[in-house]
Amino acid sequence: MAEQDRPIARIQGVTHSYKKVHAVDDITLDIPSGLMVGLLGPDGVGKSTLMGLISGARKLQKGHLEVLGGDMTSVDHRKTVGPGIAYMPQGLGKNLYAELSVEENLDFFGKLFGQSTSERKTRIERLTKATGLHPFLSRPAGKLSGGMKQKLGLCCSLIHDPDLLILDEPTTGVDPLSRRQFWALIATIRKERPNMSVLVSTAYMDEAEGFDWLVAMDAGQVLDTGTPESLKEKTGAEDLEAAFVRLLPESKRGDMSELVIPPLEEKGGEPAIVAKNLTRRFGDFTAVDNVSFEIQAGEIFGFLGSNGCGKTTTMKMLTGLLPVSEGEAYLFGHSVNADDLETRKRVGFMTQAFSLYGELSVEQNLKLHARLFHLTPEKTAERINTLVERFSLREHLGVLASSLPLGIRQRLSLAVAVIHEPEMLILDEPTSGVDPIARDGFWELLVELSRKDKVTIFISTHFMNEALRCDRISLMHAGRVLVYDEPKHLVEAKGAASLEEAFIGYLEDAIGDKSDEANNDSAIPATSLAETAVGLSDVELPQSSETKKQGFSLNRLLAYSYREIMEVMRDPVRMAFAFLGSSLLLIVIAYGISLDVEDLTYAALDNDKTPESREYLSNFEGSRYFSEQPALTSKEELERRLKSNDITLAIEIPPGFGRDLKKGETPSVSAWIDGANTTRAGTIAGYVSGAHIHYLTQLATNAGVDASAVSKVTLEPRYRYNPSFETIYSMGPKTPAMLLLLFPAILMAVSMAREKEIGTITNFYVTPTSRFEFLLGKQLPYIAIGIVNFIILTLLVVFLLDVPLKGSLLGLSLGALFYIFAATSFGLLISTVTKSQVAAVFATAILSIMPTINFSGLVQPTSTMEGGGHLIGLLWPATYYMHLSVAAFTKGLSFSELMGDILLLAVFGPILVIIAATFLKKQEA
Amino acid sequence: MKTWINIFWLGIKELRSVFSDLVMVILIIYSFSLAIYSQATATSESVNNASIAIVDEDHSTLSRAIANALYPPYFKTPELISPAEIDASMDLDRFMFVVQIPPQFEEDVRRGRQPSVQIDIDATAVTQASLGNSYIQNIVVDEVNHFINRSDETTVYPVTLVQRRAFNPNGTGMWFGAINALINQISMITIILTGAALLREREHGTIEHLLVMPLSSFQIVMSKVLANGLIILVAFSLSMLIVVETILDVPISGSRFLLVGGTTIYLFAAAAIGIFLGTIARTMAQFALLMIMVIIPITMLSGGLTPIESQPEIIQPVTWFLPSRHYMSFAQAVIFRGADITIIWPQLLIMIGLGSIFFSASLGLFRRSIAVSR
Repeated sequence: MAEQDRPIARIQGVTHSYKKVHAVDDITLDIPSGLMVGLLGPDGVGKSTLMGLISGARKLQKGHLEVLGGDMTSVDHRKTVGPGIAYMPQGLGKNLYAELSVEENLDFFGKLFGQSTSERKTRIERLTKATGLHPFLSRPAGKLSGGMKQKLGLCCSLIHDPDLLILDEPTTGVDPLSRRQFWALIATIRKERPNMSVLVSTAYMDEAEGFDWLVAMDAGQVLDTGTPESLKEKTGAEDLEAAFVRLLPESKRGDMSELVIPPLEEKGGEPAIVAKNLTRRFGDFTAVDNVSFEIQAGEIFGFLGSNGCGKTTTMKMLTGLLPVSEGEAYLFGHSVNADDLETRKRVGFMTQAFSLYGELSVEQNLKLHARLFHLTPEKTAERINTLVERFSLREHLGVLASSLPLGIRQRLSLAVAVIHEPEMLILDEPTSGVDPIARDGFWELLVELSRKDKVTIFISTHFMNEALRCDRISLMHAGRVLVYDEPKHLVEAKGAASLEEAFIGYLEDAIGDKSDEANNDSAIPATSLAETAVGLSDVELPQSSETKKQGFSLNRLLAYSYREIMEVMRDPVRMAFAFLGSSLLLIVIAYGISLDVEDLTYAALDNDKTPESREYLSNFEGSRYFSEQPALTSKEELERRLKSNDITLAIEIPPGFGRDLKKGETPSVSAWIDGANTTRAGTIAGYVSGAHIHYLTQLATNAGVDASAVSKVTLEPRYRYNPSFETIYSMGPKTPAMLLLLFPAILMAVSMAREKEIGTITNFYVTPTSRFEFLLGKQLPYIAIGIVNFIILTLLVVFLLDVPLKGSLLGLSLGALFYIFAATSFGLLISTVTKSQVAAVFATAILSIMPTINFSGLVQPTSTMEGGGHLIGLLWPATYYMHLSVAAFTKGLSFSELMGDILLLAVFGPILVIIAATFLKKQEA
Repeated sequence: MKTWINIFWLGIKELRSVFSDLVMVILIIYSFSLAIYSQATATSESVNNASIAIVDEDHSTLSRAIANALYPPYFKTPELISPAEIDASMDLDRFMFVVQIPPQFEEDVRRGRQPSVQIDIDATAVTQASLGNSYIQNIVVDEVNHFINRSDETTVYPVTLVQRRAFNPNGTGMWFGAINALINQISMITIILTGAALLREREHGTIEHLLVMPLSSFQIVMSKVLANGLIILVAFSLSMLIVVETILDVPISGSRFLLVGGTTIYLFAAAAIGIFLGTIARTMAQFALLMIMVIIPITMLSGGLTPIESQPEIIQPVTWFLPSRHYMSFAQAVIFRGADITIIWPQLLIMIGLGSIFFSASLGLFRRSIAVSR
């Protein structure tokens, strides 16, 4: 089967760089079709990048790449072959939607490939039965074990019968039983579809033995290619691991000596770590179930199990990061207590994810930790010096931690963890994703720490050969410790040939014990595979509709919407926030923002104290605009009280006011107005003038003059639309404009940024989804949320705030629809240009709050503004919606009269979506 | 002592983190320069460039004189429209004010028949409507008097009123606008920045790393409050010095030290709110929603848009719990009124109190929130 007509992928001079690093360096390679091809090599040699390029998820930078007989730089070709390629990215369940169930995930992928409901149903049934996922159809993907996630990922990839299946490290972090089942599954599928090519990368050399053709890679380049046999033959090695090491250039081989672990000296005494019946629950999910063990001082204790079996949770409980639900834990004989700083000084910890500060350099990271452990400056220098030597970090000292290769990062993490010479190390999967040579180097350090420095080491791993190096190991599965003992005893007890087989034996026992429990993750009876394998070919499937239409597909768009709705529905807290939050804000803001200047505090400085002066002042008393404060006695007091904001207005009556008035000498009264808030000062000035004129009129009337006859003209102001002149008639309709913009925009931005951060955006890259299908599909649910919000807010405005809707409801609703569309489009635009959720939130908030509050006419009409603010106002949709809302509510305009604003609002959304689409790339860089 | 050394080093790390994020740095710079400038210059006078139309059915010298007296910057040059156009044009917001001068207006004035001038006002823009109305009334009365007396001489009233604006004698609206903008920006940025700092560590898993070291929650939280507060304090001071004082030419009457001191206290309170939100939110989406729900009232109800005393009685006790309200009155007092510490100490005390409440609340929730986040 080695001879095939043409290669599935033809790679010529392909180079791919991230900033300055060449991840793939000038590779030329033909990958034969119809085979199971393995990419071998440690982490960071460019395997994932190469696979991304072949799948079309990454954009080709340099060179020439043909996949399935066409140029991958051609958009048309990618569209044509896209449905023929399935890509499962690295990382457990990375392209799955954690909140969605198994069935919903599969259904979504089926929809993306344009399959009909019945076709999807058949396919889902068939695939899940074959993989043993059928009993768990309704379980959310996030709650599956690692092995099951990978199976689900595989099902999602296979749903459209691809010609090329690309699997990036599909079994990393999966327990041995699940791994075995996974490969059996692949074999069955290949038997059935012999023309399908499979491209796999793996870190397990033993798995690669079973592949048809191998590509050994290092440092972005191809070392050699060929069948496993030919590679072994060439290098004269017994197994692939050795063969691979021999293919490496001399300098990288490391010292080939076998790692020797001196025996553990039995010291007796108090155990370093004791766990008694530890249990941890998250809601109704038991992550760790009644786990007990004891670890002796100086021992290397291994925790073996698949991802998600509870290793990390147990370790977190031991370090006090997680409170225990039940049971007890002791470190050095002390009960674990989150506030016990003394014990923490004796422990070094290394978490699973790389948890150093990427933005700090190697040296800065080391120094920061030395300082936090209060090493003296001399001691710090000495320790850093020693560690840098011992961990070979000298040449990387000035490099930012984020730009280090994984192997070196792990060394740095370990260096950081031991900087304070702890007596105990807790290491959570420290070698995950590290290549074999770096792993050996790492273990040398561990052994040295354990045997020389007598450090107790508690380490979790899913590598069998690492487990063999531990003094004792415990096998963990589904939250429970199956067994713990010395590795060789475990192998003997099961009568197995290797630890891996022993582990599988224990797993099968455990599963057999409770095979009737639905909780049981990898429960596929060994026979089911064979049975369902027959079933695979039995079902006559309709020809996949993938080739039919590659244009705009409403179904695909709706698939994204449906999925988004499901995700949103699973987070009811978010929804409650969105609806209750905006209702609450509406009430607070609409009531709180009062433009009626009332109850102004004022005080009088009456220097005259005559009946005349009192008469003048009586004008201010009892008015709803003014609220009188204790009288002033001096000019100094006047200044002081104005300063302290005790009063905002002071009326000063000069000495001799009454006398001068009688003499007709025109006394002059002074009004001191706090001018800090200029708008308010203007209003106060108006009120004071009004009171003054009122006084003059009274004076004239008292003197027997008909004041009204004196004036030459009467003025009749008519306050239209809002005759009672209440702020609420303006703020009531305007406040929803603010809320209908901010909430949908920010929800949208977060949702999109999350997709980027988690990695599910890969599905957009590798499926035949167009940018507009993706952007609009994701938007629809948020538009719907916005519309519900609009209805709630409108009802609140009418019934709670008592602002009647006098004009066209239809016009208002239509405008709101366009406005919400504009808001979500704005959120989309922001999230297409930001990388993280934090940045998306930060940018959306900062860029939208100010224009909405200040430049959209909330308080001051846009037309009366100047400069940049005026311009921003004209370009911001909230301006037009506030205008529209006031016109519909308070002015009572008809549909046709609202048309101008509606049309303007309708323009924003499409323009923003188009801009977002240009920023959104169909391929990763 | 050891506590503060830890806080110091953690703080340094915090500063490095912020400065390594280009998007954040750009947004912070924008917020304290362009954003302040455009906000300050946009909101000049309350009545500015108001659209106005005149229905002149008189076509006399007097009616033209009135039309000519309405001019920029308060009003746009008035347009002449027919009576039939009034309703439609006001509906469509073409004009905020329409002045109707009836036929034989000049004649009637001359004969003392007291003709009436009707002023139609779009009252949906509340502040502008009332101020604009009084401007128009004054202008019409002045023009009529001027016409009757044929001179600039005004009527002598028995008592004159001299209005003086303390602290801002010319009533330059930009002063208030600039300070208001600056205060709103620091509230918003501080809350988002500190909250995001906590969430970012959680996303990267580094927070767990800190928690297993011999560091207390107090040290971790305090270092974030201090470092992010410091960034904003520096941004605030620079913005005050360069944008507000130099470019916008706003005078500061009080002590700059006092201003910076009070701002420091406020930043402590605002950063504590940010951390608090970060500890109660489980996901970024929740944080974002919470943040909006807090930032909008904090900026809108601080007294910048509506003076506290004008807020409804039900709202006033609520706003008392907003540190921004006390900071707003503190800042106004120091910047415009030149108040010293003997006057504004109560505000400072309240801010310290509120800040401490939020700070202790976040401490209480801190560890729990990390545990639940998995």
